[in-house]
Amino acid sequence: MITLQPGEITVGGVALHNHLLLAAGVLGTTGASLGRMLRLGAGGVVTKSIGPEPNPGHHGPCLVRTEGGLLNAMGLPNPSKEFVGEIEPLKDDPVVVSIYGKDPEDFKEVAGWFAETARGFELNVSCPHAAGYGAAIGTDPEMVLECTRAVASHGLPVWVKLTPNVTDITTIGLAAEKGGASAIVAVNTVRAMRISTELRRPVLGYRSGGLSGKAIFPVAVKCVWDLYEACSIPIIGCGGVSTANDVVEMMMAGAQAVEVGSAVVDDVRVFEQIARGLYSGDGVAAEEIVGVAHHA
Amino acid sequence: MPDLPMLPVRVTVKAVVEETPSVRTFYFEPAIPSSPGQFVMVWVPGVDEVPMALSSATSITVQQVGDATTAMFLLRPGDSLGIRGPLGNGFTVSGKTLAIGGGVGAAPLLHLAVEGQVSTFLLGARTADELLFAPVINASSNLKIATDDGTAGHHGVVTDLMDEIDLEAYDHICVCGPEIMMLKVLERLQKAGVADRGQFSLHRYMKCGIGVCGSCATDPHGLRVCRDGPVFTGADLLESEFGRYARDATGSKVVFPWAKKAEE
Repeated sequence: MITLQPGEITVGGVALHNHLLLAAGVLGTTGASLGRMLRLGAGGVVTKSIGPEPNPGHHGPCLVRTEGGLLNAMGLPNPSKEFVGEIEPLKDDPVVVSIYGKDPEDFKEVAGWFAETARGFELNVSCPHAAGYGAAIGTDPEMVLECTRAVASHGLPVWVKLTPNVTDITTIGLAAEKGGASAIVAVNTVRAMRISTELRRPVLGYRSGGLSGKAIFPVAVKCVWDLYEACSIPIIGCGGVSTANDVVEMMMAGAQAVEVGSAVVDDVRVFEQIARGLYSGDGVAAEEIVGVAHHA
Repeated sequence: MPDLPMLPVRVTVKAVVEETPSVRTFYFEPAIPSSPGQFVMVWVPGVDEVPMALSSATSITVQQVGDATTAMFLLRPGDSLGIRGPLGNGFTVSGKTLAIGGGVGAAPLLHLAVEGQVSTFLLGARTADELLFAPVINASSNLKIATDDGTAGHHGVVTDLMDEIDLEAYDHICVCGPEIMMLKVLERLQKAGVADRGQFSLHRYMKCGIGVCGSCATDPHGLRVCRDGPVFTGADLLESEFGRYARDATGSKVVFPWAKKAEE
């Protein structure tokens, strides 16, 4: 298998220790938890999505395992502004703050709280299980453009995390690019649900939610592929990445870095595991493989 | 892939036993094969899903505290619950074990005691009526009782009973109960130089139960109560948030009343 040169990289305006980031929503509710993932080998971390008001999230069950993936409807739980103090001790680390809101003003306000501590922002315009938030915004190109522009006004890198639950993801990617995004993150979870046949009702408290994990890896690869063809800004792959080969595949589709989330359910040391297979002293430069499959 | 549960499985309530005025045990089928100290996520359909210690492979013992437990108190034999589990690490004991339980915290320790793994059991409650499982525990270990109001056993808190115990004589000290009680136990273990022999079953707000969401992560190490715990050694807990604060559903810190007083 192809291996990469180890070392620091910069993607979408953010300097990272390696190509592997902790994805938003996973082990990102506290500073200590994010710090642990950095110690365990994440090249950077994306926080839990922070919104304008503290939010307890949905009633349970919020998350269950299903074949090849995780199904969740957490409902964007977060402590809002109190989170500023959580990441204060990590201000010298590559921490990207994920943000959600209902309109550009919300996004701009929340980003403003973190302008001194964050290395960049990731806009959550893609959560599939929060009425009025997330994908409700991310399926509207004009809203994506305006929210991106509003946060970009703070002068820090802005990544926009897209939903795969659209007919053409490139129209949303181009809207983010036009709004001044430094990178696109593809993708958030895929709308999904399970029903307990024994209890004759949907398993999740919110009834439906989003699917992540291995099951959606091919969906994510296709989204990255399409965005690479259409957009000029860097792409960060996300969705079902759990091995070094997945990282290489995602990069060949066009990603410059990847986010890893659900794979932590197998082992909290997943970053070390992937890095062991991904990097070697005689590895190639990442630029040599990013998007290479498009030229075959 | 570790041995983690997939979708919740349905269990049927077979019997409901009123243990004390505020605590009931729900016996169910089928059994959830598990080790003492492990827990399950209990889905009360239409209400919520909450973590509960197993008091045996076929029972959970519940105190009425919130929406989900209030709904559970309406359950009758024949009703259904969804269960994900067993989850977490459980107690790991060998040799001579001391168990210290307060209130409904006696539930996971009962599981340990009936397996014959507890030599001495210190059991505390507010009042005699609230003492949990005393006859059963008495049958399998040397039981000592304390009640806050003196209506049974020693008049005082359960940690008072530690005065007459040679802590160094025990290989393991397994503890479950209100956090203030566990904090007092830890202080005594530390004083005796045996904090590393303590195994404390921690209670924190949980959402996913399988180590992904991070809502139960503790400070400063970021350990997950649902996956790295719920049982931690006393040595793990020294210098941690233990006894000072927990977090609510939003992830905001909630400082314990006694810790607030200490800061003032």
